[in-house]
Amino acid sequence: MEAAELWEITLRSLWVAGAATLLAALPAVPLGLWLALKGGGGLWGRVLLYAGMALPSVVVGLFLYLLLSRSGPLGFWGLLYTPYAMVLAEAILAFPLIAAFVLSGARARVEEVRLLVRSLGGREAQVLPTLFGESRRTLAAALAAGFGGAISEVGAATLVGGDIRHHTRVLTTAIVVETRKGELEAALALGMVLLGVALVVTALLVLLERE
Amino acid sequence: MRLLGWVFPLFLMAQALRLATTTSVYDSGLLDRLLPPFQKATGVRVEVLAVGTGQALRLAERGDVDAVLVHAPELEGEALRRGYLAEGFCLAANTFLLVGPPADPARVRETKGVLEAFRRIALAKALFVSRGDRSGTHLKELSLWKQAGVEPAPPWYLESGAGMGQTLVLASEKGAYTLSDLATYLAVGRKGGLEALYQREDPLLLNQYSYYPVSRSPKLEEARRLLGFLASEEAAARVASLRVEGVSLFRPLRGRCILPVGGGR
Repeated sequence: MEAAELWEITLRSLWVAGAATLLAALPAVPLGLWLALKGGGGLWGRVLLYAGMALPSVVVGLFLYLLLSRSGPLGFWGLLYTPYAMVLAEAILAFPLIAAFVLSGARARVEEVRLLVRSLGGREAQVLPTLFGESRRTLAAALAAGFGGAISEVGAATLVGGDIRHHTRVLTTAIVVETRKGELEAALALGMVLLGVALVVTALLVLLERE
Repeated sequence: MRLLGWVFPLFLMAQALRLATTTSVYDSGLLDRLLPPFQKATGVRVEVLAVGTGQALRLAERGDVDAVLVHAPELEGEALRRGYLAEGFCLAANTFLLVGPPADPARVRETKGVLEAFRRIALAKALFVSRGDRSGTHLKELSLWKQAGVEPAPPWYLESGAGMGQTLVLASEKGAYTLSDLATYLAVGRKGGLEALYQREDPLLLNQYSYYPVSRSPKLEEARRLLGFLASEEAAARVASLRVEGVSLFRPLRGRCILPVGGGR
């Protein structure tokens, strides 16, 4: 594989997983904080959320494929076999990860923060934003988990992305192709790149969290 | 700029022609020879999905691809009858091979016909890896078992559910027999230490690849232009010149089908 193509695939992996993480974090972080504030969302809320972390990616892929297929209900969007469909699939997979991480991190601090807000004369409505500000560390871990899940995912990426060269091929699906062709050295090298990318992004998140 | 366009497809809003094909065709590199000159001549971009023949036809039926290049004449005939594929073109042919471990525990090398070879494998209960994925190769294998009058069953009959390359890797790891197309065997199987034990000119082992536009595709016109290109002498020459270590992978058919599409049962 040429260097230009490797760059292309790596950059695509990065932006697809990054966009998926952000898209998932937008609703997942507030949900996690809100559930923490409500005492953990109740037993069933937590069971649902934690079970969501075990969501099989091929099932998500299949479900999205049926939705986005030209004969499916959302076929007119023309999203199937585009990177945007992959973003959508990976966001669905990252959502419970991020929400669960935020919930478990923020839950431990919710009483402390509530006391702090009250002692400073604040209202209950100010607890959530304060909790958000105080949960930076948790947030970094949650985003790292979401991103890690998204960039290393292959089942849904193949089903809704199609692994089209120069269009939807990402690091994981490229590894599958190279393995299938018997190019095990190339597959291994791609695996190393994937590990490296995950390492760098996680390191960045951890650095940011340390102020 | 080109790299940007590839990474962020917003820069390339023009929809491309989507072609679903089999892993055997894709991994052989045949399309890398055929598509660039077509794209250059017509400006039509082609995106290729590498799946099994069964899945390719399903994608065509659902309208998710604009054309297919497949190798299962019976299924193709059914698709034509049901109307979701338009009139196509027989592009290329080669033969399937029965490959297996060099030790050849079922003594397949000595057989006169491929059906007898299959019977011997069953009789010896020698390991056999099936694709098990409704690909063209899988369907061919199933029809060979049927004609041989054998009902293959575990524990000696394994289904990989994977593409040809991975199936060959599995077969070589397990010391098993499998049915393979020529191109993938040369690229993957030989490296893994498998040997082509039965590769005679046998009408039962003919492998025919055909191209069809999807009839209700919004890109029907582009799909027909690709058909026109594949029917050209330039395309035939490019098919013929694809070699691995001096062995031609495909024989151009120039539209003259060697297997009847959709029947001949």
